[in-house]
Amino acid sequence: MRAYWELAKSSFRRHSTYRTAAVAGAFTNSIFGLIRASLLLSAITTAGGAIGGYSATEAATYVWLGQALLAPLGLFGNAELAGRVKSGDIAVDLSRSVNLTASYWAQDLGRAAFDVLPRGVPPLVIGALVTGLAMPGTPGPYLLGFVSILAAVSLNFLGFFAINLLAFWVLEIRGFWMLYMVVMNLLSGFLVPVTWFPGWLLEFARATPFPSMLQTPVDILAGRTDGGESLALVGVQLVWLAVLVVIVQVMLRFGSRRLVVQGG
Amino acid sequence: MASPRAIRSGAGRDPHAPVTNLVLLKLLISARLRSQLAYRGSFLSDVAGQVLLGLTEFVELYAIVHNVSTFGGMTLAQTLVVFGLASVAFALGDLLMGETDSMSETIRSGKLEVLLVRPLPVLLQLATSDFQLRRVGRLLFGAAALVVALLLADIQWDPAKILLATITPLAGAAIFCALFLGAGAMQFWILDGRQFANAFTYGGRYVASMPGAALFFPVQVFFTFVIPATLVAYAPSLVILDLDGPAGIPAWTGWLGLPAAVVLSGLMLLLWRAAIKKYTGAGG
Repeated sequence: MRAYWELAKSSFRRHSTYRTAAVAGAFTNSIFGLIRASLLLSAITTAGGAIGGYSATEAATYVWLGQALLAPLGLFGNAELAGRVKSGDIAVDLSRSVNLTASYWAQDLGRAAFDVLPRGVPPLVIGALVTGLAMPGTPGPYLLGFVSILAAVSLNFLGFFAINLLAFWVLEIRGFWMLYMVVMNLLSGFLVPVTWFPGWLLEFARATPFPSMLQTPVDILAGRTDGGESLALVGVQLVWLAVLVVIVQVMLRFGSRRLVVQGG
Repeated sequence: MASPRAIRSGAGRDPHAPVTNLVLLKLLISARLRSQLAYRGSFLSDVAGQVLLGLTEFVELYAIVHNVSTFGGMTLAQTLVVFGLASVAFALGDLLMGETDSMSETIRSGKLEVLLVRPLPVLLQLATSDFQLRRVGRLLFGAAALVVALLLADIQWDPAKILLATITPLAGAAIFCALFLGAGAMQFWILDGRQFANAFTYGGRYVASMPGAALFFPVQVFFTFVIPATLVAYAPSLVILDLDGPAGIPAWTGWLGLPAAVVLSGLMLLLWRAAIKKYTGAGG
C-alpha cells in the first residue's frame, strides 16, 4: 500500500512542475465554459425557464462545474501505456513487484489531486462572476460529491486504461481512442446534460458507464439530487467500477500472454 | 524523398523542368496518400471514425435545438446550414494545417531541426507530413450536412448568395488554416501552452458551428472581430438566409469572411516567420 501512496505522491509532484500547462488548461476551459454557458442559457431563455430539469442558473452551474472537473476527472486520458506496449517497455512494468493496474491507478489519482486546484478553481471563479453559481449550502452534497469524484476519476482512468490495453491486440489504437473519446464526450453529459437528449438517446446513455464519469459527480456536487438519489447514483458508479476492474484485469491477463518482447 | 528519379517518374513530366514547390507538394501528398491507402482496413475504420465524429458534433447541436422552437433565432434547418458550412471549413483547414497544432511536440522531439535543414519551406513539409486522408471522412459528412441543410432551409437564391455560398467554405478554411498556423507559432514561445491555442482553434470551431446570436454579447464581439470564428459560417448564413444578426454580429459582417481570412493569414504568416527566426536549436 505504501508503494502506491508514494507513486501517487510522485505523480502529484511530476504534474506540479508543468505550471504553464495548468494555466493554459484553466484558460481554455474557462473560454469553453463561456461559450457553453451562453449556448445553454440562450436555449433556456427561448424555452421559457427550464430544459430537462435545469433552470438558467442550474445549467450555468452545470457547465462551470463540468469545465472545472474536466481535467481532474481525467476526461482527456493519456496513451502512455499503449506506447509502452508498442515499444516493449511494458515488459519492465510487468516484472515490477507492484500490480500494474494499481500502480497506474495510483499515479492517476496523484495527477487528479494536483489538477483540482490550478485547473478547477479558475473556471469556477469566472463562472461565479459571469453567470453566478447555484451551490448547495449544506455539507452533505460536498461529502458525497467527493466520493463521487473519486469514483469518476477511477472510472475515467479504467476506461482509458482498457483502450490502452487494446495495444496488445492491435498495432494502432488511434481509431479506438477516437471512437471512445467521441462517444464518451457525448454520453457523459460533458457537452450537454444527458437529460436534454431526445428520449432514445437518454435511454441509451443511461445504459452505459459514461454518465457516471461526469454528469453524476457534477449533479451531486451541485445538490441537484437529494441524499437518497445521490447514494443510488454513487452505487451505480461503484457497480460500473467493479465491472471495469474485471474487464481490465481480464484484458491484462490475456493480453500479457500475447506479449512477445524481443531481446531485453 | 524527392530524389530525381521519383520526380521523373511523375506522369509525363519534362525531366529538365525546374522542381517547383508545387511539384514537390504534389509528389509529397501523392506519396502520403499511397501509403495511407495501403492499409485498407485501418484506413476505412479511421474514415468511419471521422464520420462518427462529425455525427456526434451534430447530435450535440441537435440535443440543444430539439428542445426549443428556435435556437439563437434560427430553426433546426437554419442551424444546420451554419453547422454544415463550419464543418466543411474546419475539415479543410484541419486537413491542411492541423499538424501545426502539435508544434510543441515537433519542437521538443527535435523533429523541427530535421525539417529546417531540408531545402524545402517548413510549412510545406508540415502540411504534407501528416496529410491525413482519413480527415476526408469529416469533410464528407460536413458536405453532406451542408447540402441537406441548403435544400431544407428554403433559401431565395440570387447570384450574390450563390457567390457567397461558394466562397464561404474556402474563406472559412483559410481562417482555420491561419488559426492553426498561429497556434503553431505561439508554441515556439510557450512550449507548454498548447492548450492556450486550443481556445482559439477548437474554441473557434465550436463557436463557428453554432448560431452566433446564442452567445453572450462580449463573446460575440470577441469571436467576430478578434478571432473571426463567426465569420466562418454564421455571418454568411445570415445573408444567405435573409436574417438579422444580433448586436455583436450584424448581418453586414456576412461578407467579411474573405477579407478577414486574407488579413488573418497575412498576420499569422508574419508571426510564423518570427517564430521560425526565433527558434534556436539545441544542437540535436
